[in-house]
Parts: sequence; structure tokens; C-alpha cells
Amino acid sequence: MTDSKYFTTTKKGEIFELKAELNSDKKEKKKEAVKKVIASMTVGKDVSALFPDVVNCMQTDNLELKKLVYLYLMNYAKSQPDMAIMAVNTFVKDCEDPNPLIRALAVRTMGCIRVDKITEYLCEPLRKCLKDEDPYVRKTAAVCVAKLHDINAQLVEDQGFLDTLKDLISDSNPMVVANAVAALSEIAESHPNSNLLDLNPQTINKLLTALNECTEWGQIFILDCLANYTPRDDRESQSICERVTPRLSHANSAVVLSAVKVLMKFMEMLPKDLDYYGTLLKKLAPPLVTLLSAEPELQYVALRNINLIVQKRPEILKHEMKVFFVKYNDPIYVKLEKLDIMIRLASQANIAQVLAELKEYATEVDVDFVRKAVRAIGRCAIKVEQSAERCVSTLLDLIQTKVNYVVQEAIVVIKDIFRKYPNKYESVIATLCENLDSLDEPEARAAMIWIVGEYAERIDNADELLESFLEGFHDESTQVQLQLLTAIVKLFLKKPTETQELVQQVLSLATQDSDNPDLRDRGYIYWRLLSTDPVAAKEVVLAEKPLISEETDLIEPTLLEELICHIGTLASVYHKPPSAFVEGSRGVQHKRLPARAGSGESTDSPDVSQSVGGATEAAPTVIPSQGDLLGDLLNLDLAPPAAGPTVPPSMQLGAMDLLGGGLDSLLGGDIGGSPAMGAGLGSTPAVMPTSLGAPPVVGGGLGDLFDLGGSVGMPAGAYVPPKSVWLPAMKAKGLEISGTFARRSGVIQMELSLTNKAMSVMTDFAIQFNRNSFGLAPAGPLQVLTPLSPNQTIEVSLPLSTSGPVMKMEPLNNLQVAVKNNIDVFYFSCQYPISLLFVEDGKMERQVFLATWKDIPNDNEAQFVIKDCHLNSDAASSKLQGSNIFTIAKRTVDNQDMLYQSIKLTNGIWVLTELRVQGGNPSYTLSVKCRASEVSQFVYQCYELVLKN
Amino acid sequence: MIHSLFLVNASGDIFLEKHWKSVVSRSVCDYFFEAQERATEPENVPPVIPTPHHYLINVLRHRIYFVAVIQSEVPPLFVIEFLHRVVDTFQDYFGVCTEAAIKDNVVVVYELLEEMLDNGFPLATESNILKELIKPPTILRTVVNTITGSTNVGEQLPTGQLSVVPWRRTGVKYTNNEAYFDVVEEIDAIIDKSGSTITAEIQGVIDACVKLTGMPDLTLSFMNPRLLDDVSFHPCVRFKRWEAERILSFIPPDGNFRLLSYHVSSQNLVAIPVYVKHNITFREGSSQGRFELTLGPKQTMGKAVESVLVTSQLPRGVLNTNLTPSQGTYTFDPVTKLLSWDVGKINPQKLPSLKGSMCLQAGASKPDENPTINIQFKIQQMAISGLKVNRLDMYGEKYKPFKGIKYMTKAGKFQVRT
Repeated sequence: MTDSKYFTTTKKGEIFELKAELNSDKKEKKKEAVKKVIASMTVGKDVSALFPDVVNCMQTDNLELKKLVYLYLMNYAKSQPDMAIMAVNTFVKDCEDPNPLIRALAVRTMGCIRVDKITEYLCEPLRKCLKDEDPYVRKTAAVCVAKLHDINAQLVEDQGFLDTLKDLISDSNPMVVANAVAALSEIAESHPNSNLLDLNPQTINKLLTALNECTEWGQIFILDCLANYTPRDDRESQSICERVTPRLSHANSAVVLSAVKVLMKFMEMLPKDLDYYGTLLKKLAPPLVTLLSAEPELQYVALRNINLIVQKRPEILKHEMKVFFVKYNDPIYVKLEKLDIMIRLASQANIAQVLAELKEYATEVDVDFVRKAVRAIGRCAIKVEQSAERCVSTLLDLIQTKVNYVVQEAIVVIKDIFRKYPNKYESVIATLCENLDSLDEPEARAAMIWIVGEYAERIDNADELLESFLEGFHDESTQVQLQLLTAIVKLFLKKPTETQELVQQVLSLATQDSDNPDLRDRGYIYWRLLSTDPVAAKEVVLAEKPLISEETDLIEPTLLEELICHIGTLASVYHKPPSAFVEGSRGVQHKRLPARAGSGESTDSPDVSQSVGGATEAAPTVIPSQGDLLGDLLNLDLAPPAAGPTVPPSMQLGAMDLLGGGLDSLLGGDIGGSPAMGAGLGSTPAVMPTSLGAPPVVGGGLGDLFDLGGSVGMPAGAYVPPKSVWLPAMKAKGLEISGTFARRSGVIQMELSLTNKAMSVMTDFAIQFNRNSFGLAPAGPLQVLTPLSPNQTIEVSLPLSTSGPVMKMEPLNNLQVAVKNNIDVFYFSCQYPISLLFVEDGKMERQVFLATWKDIPNDNEAQFVIKDCHLNSDAASSKLQGSNIFTIAKRTVDNQDMLYQSIKLTNGIWVLTELRVQGGNPSYTLSVKCRASEVSQFVYQCYELVLKN
Repeated sequence: MIHSLFLVNASGDIFLEKHWKSVVSRSVCDYFFEAQERATEPENVPPVIPTPHHYLINVLRHRIYFVAVIQSEVPPLFVIEFLHRVVDTFQDYFGVCTEAAIKDNVVVVYELLEEMLDNGFPLATESNILKELIKPPTILRTVVNTITGSTNVGEQLPTGQLSVVPWRRTGVKYTNNEAYFDVVEEIDAIIDKSGSTITAEIQGVIDACVKLTGMPDLTLSFMNPRLLDDVSFHPCVRFKRWEAERILSFIPPDGNFRLLSYHVSSQNLVAIPVYVKHNITFREGSSQGRFELTLGPKQTMGKAVESVLVTSQLPRGVLNTNLTPSQGTYTFDPVTKLLSWDVGKINPQKLPSLKGSMCLQAGASKPDENPTINIQFKIQQMAISGLKVNRLDMYGEKYKPFKGIKYMTKAGKFQVRT
């Protein structure tokens, strides 16, 4: 016969039958009935209706029956407060019983009956029990004070129970001490400022003595209480540590962790050069490792705490990496925590092992875990610089697996690696691009789009890639939409000629067709930026990004310190301060680690800000490495430019290729005028038909942007592009320079508008050029005779010579300029139309032309199409002549006019062209032949400019 | 402290609840059920679950979730340790800890829980003391109780409760005085593809069964105590003596208890007793995979490796297997994809092997993951760390006890990656 019989019911109705049995005369039957009632209660049935009948069974000398009735009372007294009074007399009587077990049971049960009327009667018996001769009763009574306090705090204070409880800390029996501490701690938790646990060296000593002799649970209470104490000096701290250390060998893991807390806290006070400090560090590792061999739930809590300990004192576990290696049948919550700690412990010494493990994990089945493992590889790359290359190649291996979620995670982390180590691993972009189609998660798509936009200049088909994303723009998540918008704007700023349509499209998608305010706002901001100040746009959009810090998820040091004080608690599991989530803790005190005694030794907590600072400091060092190129500019002596030996430019052009893009991107991105924008705005306005459908709201602004050139009337002679802003005021302390180039009667001129947008007068203007492809140099000083007062603009024309020092620029027509005034020296770069250099005596003899045409190898011939040109061949010819492009011969075959033209550059290079004009077809075909074929592209641009203006 | 306890069975029913403070509605368990639903496997339910007003801390034992409800800041390890103690106590009392056993003894369970915790503070968790307060049900006692109406609740205050040795009751009497110690070591190891050891550690315990009359004081010494540098002791062990002399000195609890557990992680001390040769391959485009596995002994000091059981979770793409074991029996569950090979004893002259082919889903791409092989084994009469007990002495009592020491090595989480 087992207790399960109590669960069977009869037809008549359970309650009715139980009632009858409870009122039976037979003791045995009564007991069985009470058992049935208890059984019903345990499974959640409501048997409160039997209250009076059960209470009637209380007056018995059968201890088991008494206990059962007490169990029932505790559960239901609250619902029947009036009836509960019936029980009081029995309780009071039991508190006088000669058997300590019964005394304790009575006082214990009474405290559990949460009825006000009963608590009043409880006070006297409780007072007696607190002073009982039997420690078992005293210890039970101590807990009862905490119970009573929970029901009626005022009553406990008025009755002076708190003081009695404090006295119990000095009790001779360690179990009583432990319970008194536990009760006081619980009461203190709801009264943070009550100063209940007034710890002084005497009480600490008593606690430490009790610690060795009480039960494991009592040890936990005492250790947690000790952790709140702040020792007076390092010697007291050390002596407490010495007495707590044996607890690290306890079988109960909660005792171990509480001991770890005390040690971690008090260690803070020990001088680091003390031998004992090192010993203690060594002693802490084994118990922490042992916690990991326990049940998974214990492991989880231990791992969360180890995560904190490792951040505070990485040295403790730095050699124990292997115990955190993941077993394939660990529960997922353990796996994820282990992974986190592995990354925290990763260092140069063990990175090979760690990476091998992570790679292994990345092939496991559990998707969440695999993702985190892949991410961990990226975090290792960022944390341990020496391993970055290995990590990247591991990630590439993983991408080759083509497992969808692995690829996506890998791309997300590679983005971070790019940011941490710019210009190092971009060679992998091609591999990433191959996997574009498989990306279906927003985060991965956004990361990929970021990469494409950021490195648009290195990806040939960046525009196609981004365009492909644009097709389903409205189905993308916000994250992707925002990223796509930014990426396309970046692309436009980098490759303005080919991507105007794309940027138009994305701007209108973002601003007009979207309901998302963030997206609309960002769209409008870009739009206005682009339309009002493209240079500023470039500065904003392509600004240098701050480097990402080593570990992004480190806990902030003050929080970490607080959490270290809460090791082993819920706070340590959630990594949040207790005040953030514990209910009922009214105004939790913030715990702090004690300051180290003695000298001004600072704590060794990881200093995030410092590492960030270091990184940003390192960034500017990129520039000096290029500094020699800028040398001439920086050492501006403002003397007339020394006429250096004029090297034959044709040779220079070929030889100086090594200068490449470095300087260009440096100057283009950071200093003043932007070459790309210059080209985009200055040379191509006509490519962009104004009818492109700019949205009405900002249509005006955008129209201005694309229309800059169109409104300027055509001058009589050579075509002069409109002035564009080369140096915005915000870059030059209020000096704004816009300008253009012109060739007027054989003289090259730089036409500048200087505007003073600052509050003070500007004087002492001077100008100098960096070496450039065609040796352009100022032919005289900058003629600004009167001081430039605020808000004044003056127009200056600066004649240029072509006898300056030569250095091939990229692009060829780039010109870097330094302007000085009384305030500072400013740098900008601009691009000049190559037609500037077409000299007036560029008309070749027919015979020479023919011979030269044949002489130039066909490899050097370049063909271009000029679209939408509605001039006939004669008009074109005369128009071109104005820019020193001379027609030498004209042939007409099949209604197609062919103009043969010659051009001579200032440095003596001849350019021969053939322009085919078909009647009725607005597209011209231009063939350019030149020994220096780099020039062809620019010649073509000149044709476009001249013919369309 | 601990507010309430709910016991939840595998099908998600709350079959027992106990409150130590005010009653917490069982609807709080809904948060637990939510977490349970999210978890893919029963053992993946996170141990600590926050709810708006409470925290639920649970452990899964014997397919029962023990869900404790707490309201204030309580050390979670304290709660988890306590729950483990509850499980151990149930097992101690009823032989097994199952839903049926708990329901059969629901009143005893309730009495026990009441005795173990007061207002959320642990009261008596030592099995010795509990057994004096509440006698474990035995068939005989149940019958006698039913007839005579006597009770299984002790009427007297347990003597051990307040003594300096709370773990031992007084007045113990045996006719045969005996003390047995089992040194049991488990090897946890991860072996990589090429057969080299990635990590290996030993979790050792010394479990004792001491049935001695009176108050015996025992000392146990080791041949090589230096092995034990990471040890957790039963509270009965005098720590100072261990620190100073490396001798275990203690007054033992009565009956079964764990004297100490230890941890050997230093790589060179951990011998790997078996090796595995494996060749598990899938070819792209083929619906067949090859499977070859051979086991052999290694570093066993001449002792036989017994009760070997190999399990492996094969990739999901595997439909079935066609394997031939050279000894023992193997099974493959096509639903869970679990391969299990009961090898038995390894004969060093004729190494056991399991060879054959695996059928893959036609047309499916080759599985990405490599199965991990899990191995269980036992080696009798040897502690793999080399730990040896030197001698056991008894003081304080006059009689001569019978003493015995047994060694055993087992595989813990012994995993071979392929």
C-alpha cells in the first residue's frame, strides 16, 4: 500500500467523505484522512473547506499527525484567518513542551502562518525560544524572526527582536550563528541602510570561527556576509583570506563560489608584490576548473561567473584554456558560455589551438552554436592581431563550405576585420562577392553592402552589385535599406560619372517611396549634402571611421567591479547590477571593490578607453609615410617657383607611374577640393539631362547640382568651365576658393574667386602648386593687393606657365595647390581641362599628319562615342578650332563626314584625331591617336565639353 | 531564499508543488514551459529563467524538472545545489527518483521537504539526520504501521543535528564492522581526427561505505598524495591535517557518502586507455558512405578494457547503415540517427572493428558535419591517474574493522572527432 491510494476518489464526493473521516473517533482513520487532504493539497486541489475539521485534529500527542496538521495550516491559514486563531492555544502550549523538537516545530510553524492576529500571539513564545537552552530551538527561532519581519517589520523592531538576533551572532553554537547571519542578511536586504550587520573585527572573528564548524549552507551565509565587510588594512585582509581559502576545497559548489567572491574582493587590497598574493592567485584556479566538471546547470552558473573573473583577473585562468573546450554533447547554454570565455582567454600563446577548435565547432550541427563559433573567429582576429591573417584564411575556408549560415556569419565578421585592419585583407573581397546571392539575412546583406560601398573603387562592378540589391529595395529590412542608401552614395562620390542614375534612383526610393522616417531622413540629408556642397558630402560620407576597439563586449569597469562583489548571485548570472532587476530590494547599495592599500598602484582593470585612444593616435601616422610627396607643398617658402629642369614630359609620363593612387586618395579624401567631384561636376554636367525627374521637393537643389555647367554662357573663344568650389570655407578657416581655368590668347589662366567668410580681414595671399603632370606653375605672384574684408569676394586671375617641375599625377590633370594667407596655409586639389594645354600652333601639315598617323602604332588608338551632339561637321569644326583643335582635312563618304584634326600640347606632344559625323545621327565617333595614350581619355573629355557647350 | 518548488514531469504536468513562504501561483511555471518549448532538447532548457516577479531555477534529473521559485537575490548555485540534494534524498529514501515513486510517497516527500527547508533556509539536508527525523518507508514498516498505527516520524531530536559532527548520528551499532572505499576515476577527453589528445582530464571520487560501531576516527593515507592538488572534501575531513601532512583524517558519516572528489588536469598525468582508428567518408554525388572503426587498447597497464560501448550521432543525411561488427552487436536508429555499438571487452589479440557502408539520401549533397564518436568503457582494478591508497587506520574504537579498497576507471565524456 502506498500513498498513491490517497489520490483515488469515490463517487460521493471527495470533500464530503474526507470530512466524515476527519471527524472519526479513530485515531488511525483521522491520520489517514489528513494524509489524503495533504495529498490533494500537493497536487494543487483546493481543500480549504476542510479547515475546521483539520484544525480539530491538532490536539494530539502523535507527532506525525501534528506535523501533517501544521503542514495544512501553513497552506490555508491565510484563507481562514478567524479559524486560524483556534490553533493559537495549541501553538503556545507546544512552545513550552519539554521536547525541543516540538518547541522548535511550534515556533517554526507559527512563523509560517501569515495572519496578523496570530503574529501578535507569536511574540512571547518567540522571545522565549530565542533564549532557549537548546541550540536547535534557538537556531529555529532565529529564522522565525526573519519570517515575522517579512509579515510585520514594525512589530519586530518594536519588540526588540533585531537586537536579540544580533546577540545571536556571538552564540556559542556555530549553527545558531549561521542562522542568525542568514536571518539578518535577509532582513538587511529589505532595509539596505539599517546597518543591521554592523561588522567589526570582533564579529568578523566570530564569523570566521563559526565558518569552520557550521553546515555547508551556513557557510554560504557567513561567506556572503563576510564579503560585505571592508577590512581596515591589507594585513587584516590577508588574515581573512587565509581563513577563507580552505573553503575552496568544499564539495558544495555554492560554498566554493562564495569563497571565491570573498577572495576576489579582499585580494584587491593586497599589495601585488606580496608572496601571498601570488599564492592566492594560484589557489583560485583549481576550484574554478573543478566547478566545470559538475552538472551542466552548475557549470552554467560557474561559467557566467568565470566570465567576470576572467575579465577582472585574466591571469588566474590563462593556462586553463583547454577546460573550456566544448564537448559535443554539452547543453547549448554551456557551449555558448564556454565559447565566450575562450575568446576572452585567447592570446598569442594559445591562438593556434583556439582557432583549430573554433574551426571544428563551425562544422557542428547546432546552428546557433556554429554561428557563434564563426563570429568568435572574427573576434579572435580583432583581439589578437598576430592571428588576424590566420583567422581570415580560416573564415575563407569556411566560406568555401557554402553552408549558408556559415557564409553569412563569416561575411558579418569580415566586415569588422576590415574596419579593424584597413587596407590589409581587401584581397578577399572577390571571394565575398561570389557569395552575394546566397545572403538572405539582413545582417549579412547589410555587411556585404557596406563592404561593396566602402571599397567601391576596388570592385569593378560595384554599381551592378548595388543595383541588383536595389531591385527589391522595399522588401529589404531597414538595416539593409539604410546601408544600401549609404553605399550607393559612397559609390557615387567615388565614381560619379557612371552612377548618377543609381544615386537618383536610391534617393527617390528612400525619400519618396518609403514610410520609414529614419530612411527618409537619411535620404534627404544625403540629397541636400550632395546638392549644396558635394565636397562636404564627401567629407561626411567618406569620413575616416574610428577604429573599432579590441573587444566590443567588455563589461564596463565600474559595473565589472560591482559584479565582482556579487559573484555567485543572480546579478553575476545576468551581468547586471542587482539594482537593475531584483524586485523588492528597495535601493540596493552599490558595492565597490576596496581600494588597494599602500602606494598609488592603480587597478589593473582593462582600460578600454586607453586602447581606443592608442588606436586613434596610431591612425595619423599613415600620413607622414606619404609626406615626402607633399614636401614641396608643406615647405611653402612663397618665393617664385624655382624653374626646375624641364624633363621631357613624354618620358615622365611613362616613368612616374609608381606614384599611383596613394596620394590621390589621400588628398582627394582629406584635403580640400575633391578631384572626383571636380570631374563629376565640372566636366559632365551635360551628361546628366536635367529632365531626369528630380523629385519636386528638393528638385531645385538637385537641379542646381546637375546643372552647374549649363547656365554659364559660352565665351567667345575656348570653352571655360564654370567655377566650382575648390576649397570650402569650413576647411580653410573661412576662406572659400572657387575657380576655373581658361586659356586666353595663348596664356593659361587660373581664375579664382576668393571669398572671406570669416569674421576678420585676410591679407598676405600667396599661392604655390605641387609638381604636376604638365609642369603648370604660377607665372607670377597672386595679385591680391587689398586686404580681403569679411564677406568680400575678389576675382583674381593668375597667369600660369608650363615650365614648373613635372611629376605624373593620377588622374593626369590633377593639380594640388597650396594657398597661404595671414591665418594659415591651406591645401586643396583641383582638376583642369586638358584643353588648357592645347597650343595655338597645333595645326599640322597634311603630309606630316598622314605620316604621323601611320607612324603611331594602332595600339595607341582609342575610340570614343560622343552622344547627343546635334552640330553638323562644319559647326563642330569651327567650335573645336576655338579650343585649338585644328581640322586638317575633311572627307565625306556615304553621307558621313570625317574630320581629321590635330592638337599640340604645351609639352610638345601631338594628338591626332578622326571625328566621324553621320548626318542625322547625333552620335559622333572619335578616334584618338597619340604616342602618350594616357592623354586620349582627357582629349575625349575636352571634345565632349567643347561640343556640348 | 527559496520560495516554492514545482516538480514537472516529461509531459509538462506539474505533479507536485511545495511552498515555504506564501503561495506562489503555479501559473509562474508558464514561463518555464515557454523556455522548455524554445529548447530543442529537454536538457537545453536554460537553468535560470527570469520572469517579471520571480526567478525560476531548474535542474533536470531523472526526466523530472525540479523548478525552484525565488524572489530575491539568492545565489543560484545555492539553489541548484539544494535541488540536487533534494534529488539525492529522494533517491536515498525511495531507491529511485521517479514521478511514480514520488507520488507513491507523497506524504513522506512533503514531510521531507518541510524538514529540509524552513522559510527557504536549509534546515536539515544530511541524510543521516533526515533519516532519524523521518524514517524511510520500507515494505515491512508500511505494513507494520498500517496494522499498529505507529508512525514513521521520529519523536526525538536527532542527536547529530547540533553536535560538532552533524553528519554522524550517535549510538550506531553493527555486528560486522566494515569500511569500504571505492576509488572511481572518469576520463574526460577530446581526441582529434589524427588521434592526438586535445584535452584530457580525470574526475576522480572516493566513495565510501562505512558501517562502523560508535565514533570511529579514521585516517587514510596515499602512496602518491601529490597527485591530488585540486580536491573537494566532505565536510568531515579535517582540512588542516590534509594541508600539513597530506593525510585524510575524519570521523565518517554512517553509511554511504562521498569522501572526496578530485580533479587531475595536468596533461602528462592523464593516460588514454583506448585508441580508435576510424574512416568515415562521404563522397560528393554518391549515395553511399564508407564507415570503418577499429578499437584498440593503449596505456592500460595490462588491465582489460571492458563494457565498451561506442555511440555516434551520424549526420542527418544518413538513411541507414549496413555494417558488420567483428564482435558485439550494433544498432542504428534511422529516426534519431544514433549509431550504437555494444562492443563488450576488447581483446588485444583480435581488435574489435565495425565496417560497412552507409546509405545516404539520394541526390542530397554530402553532409557537412563530421560525426563525433563517443566511447564508454570500464577498467577494473586500476585508477588511471595512478592514485593508490597506502593505508587506512582506525582510532577511537577497540574493535577491528574489515577494510576494503576497490579501484575503477571509467570513461566520462570521452569523445573522438572524425
